[in-house]
Amino acid sequence: MLTTITVNGEARSLDLDPRTTLLDALREHLLLTGTKKGCDHGQCGACTVLVNGVRINACLSLAVAHDGDEVTTIEGLGTPEHLHPMQQAFLTHDAYQCGYCTPGQICSAVGMLREVEAGLPSHATRDVRADAVLDGEEIRERMSGNICRCSAYPQIVAAIAAVAEAES
Amino acid sequence: MRPFTYERATDLGQAVREASQTPGARFLAGGTNLLDLMKLEIERPQHLIDVSRLPLAGVEDADGGLRIGAMATNSQVAGDRRVREHYPVLTQAIVSGASGQLRNKATTGGNLLQRTRCPYFYDTTKPCNKRTPGAGCAALEGVSRETAILGASTACIAVHPSDMAVALVALGADVETQTPAGDTRRFPLMELHRLPGETPHIETHLIPGELITAVVLPPPPPGGQIYRKARDRASYATAHASIAIAGGQVALGGLAHKPWRAVTAEAALAAGASPTEAMTAELADASVGELNAFKVPLTTRLFAAAVQEISGEAA
Repeated sequence: MLTTITVNGEARSLDLDPRTTLLDALREHLLLTGTKKGCDHGQCGACTVLVNGVRINACLSLAVAHDGDEVTTIEGLGTPEHLHPMQQAFLTHDAYQCGYCTPGQICSAVGMLREVEAGLPSHATRDVRADAVLDGEEIRERMSGNICRCSAYPQIVAAIAAVAEAES
Repeated sequence: MRPFTYERATDLGQAVREASQTPGARFLAGGTNLLDLMKLEIERPQHLIDVSRLPLAGVEDADGGLRIGAMATNSQVAGDRRVREHYPVLTQAIVSGASGQLRNKATTGGNLLQRTRCPYFYDTTKPCNKRTPGAGCAALEGVSRETAILGASTACIAVHPSDMAVALVALGADVETQTPAGDTRRFPLMELHRLPGETPHIETHLIPGELITAVVLPPPPPGGQIYRKARDRASYATAHASIAIAGGQVALGGLAHKPWRAVTAEAALAAGASPTEAMTAELADASVGELNAFKVPLTTRLFAAAVQEISGEAA
């Protein structure tokens, strides 16, 4: 089934079996292997990408359903020469060990900060009528869809907090 | 995953007609639950009708309440300024479920129709009457705390996993649908889901091909609102028990095959009973086993704490 998805700014046309997930289309068809397959069931967050600016699990989405969408993967956020601030913060704060969950963590964190900016409350928001203040508890709750098997959580929270602070 | 054909719906009437006429057809919206189950071959649709781009994603003012389009995402609804202000119990319930990524994709209609998280429903090596009617229920003699204590049957003791639906039931929401014949139906959300009885594989009163198009909220009830949930982890886990209070209306989650409107507790509370007495009355007929008996005191204490918190906010 012919599907055109704009990936990291470039329109890519693919002829896909409808069963192909967005994750497999990125990794197996477009060879963008920065996005990782962990559980393949939406539980670990390693496959997190931004679709039209919003973070989702690429493993729980059919590629053919994204015809016309704009997808940003870790490869599209920054380059080795020009890192995205979130990528730089993960380096600065040593926010990983094995690195397998890191692309998903970074894409998720970028999407998460946009959600906070848009006023989306979380389970950690005391009063959902008021705008959330992004403290450590808020970051941990909002990032609970991303698992780090090496448990670099304190550094991940520090990296995200640093970017949030720099942006505000 | 089994092979299937895919089409993107561009017309609501055509989508429901096709869904009712095509063998093995299913609607696809956010897909977060359906695709998960298709990978496990628990769901085996032969044809998917993608309704995610039908113009059903708006949240509009309606008769003093709100009309939430079935394709509105969980995040969109939870973050809507009017929902946060006038229906905070709904925002609280939505953000207490799943993860940020899932809530960005999952839709309002899909949330209502998600399947149970019963571990024996997911374990295809064990019998399950939902997967194969008549096969038996492994959960009855199984090792699980995640089972129903209200309204269960000898065929199924699974619970409905939604948090959002519990808040919507407490708020007295209606569901709006489009039938294959082209009619619009509207009925209380409380009447959408069925108790398991002898046919736990039939989970709702929707007719084949019927599509949920909206959830309609009445004006916010007078009084406080709150959603409280008890679970094994601090985040991203389904409820052992949850409570939604909206004014004088109370609904319970994690305890039954459907969001449970606690009418006995509501009446007792209105008649002057304490929250503990009221919930004890509600759960008097609870059917418990060794592993899920904890849900009775848990729900009772959760309710007492929730009522106290609302009273504290009002004072």
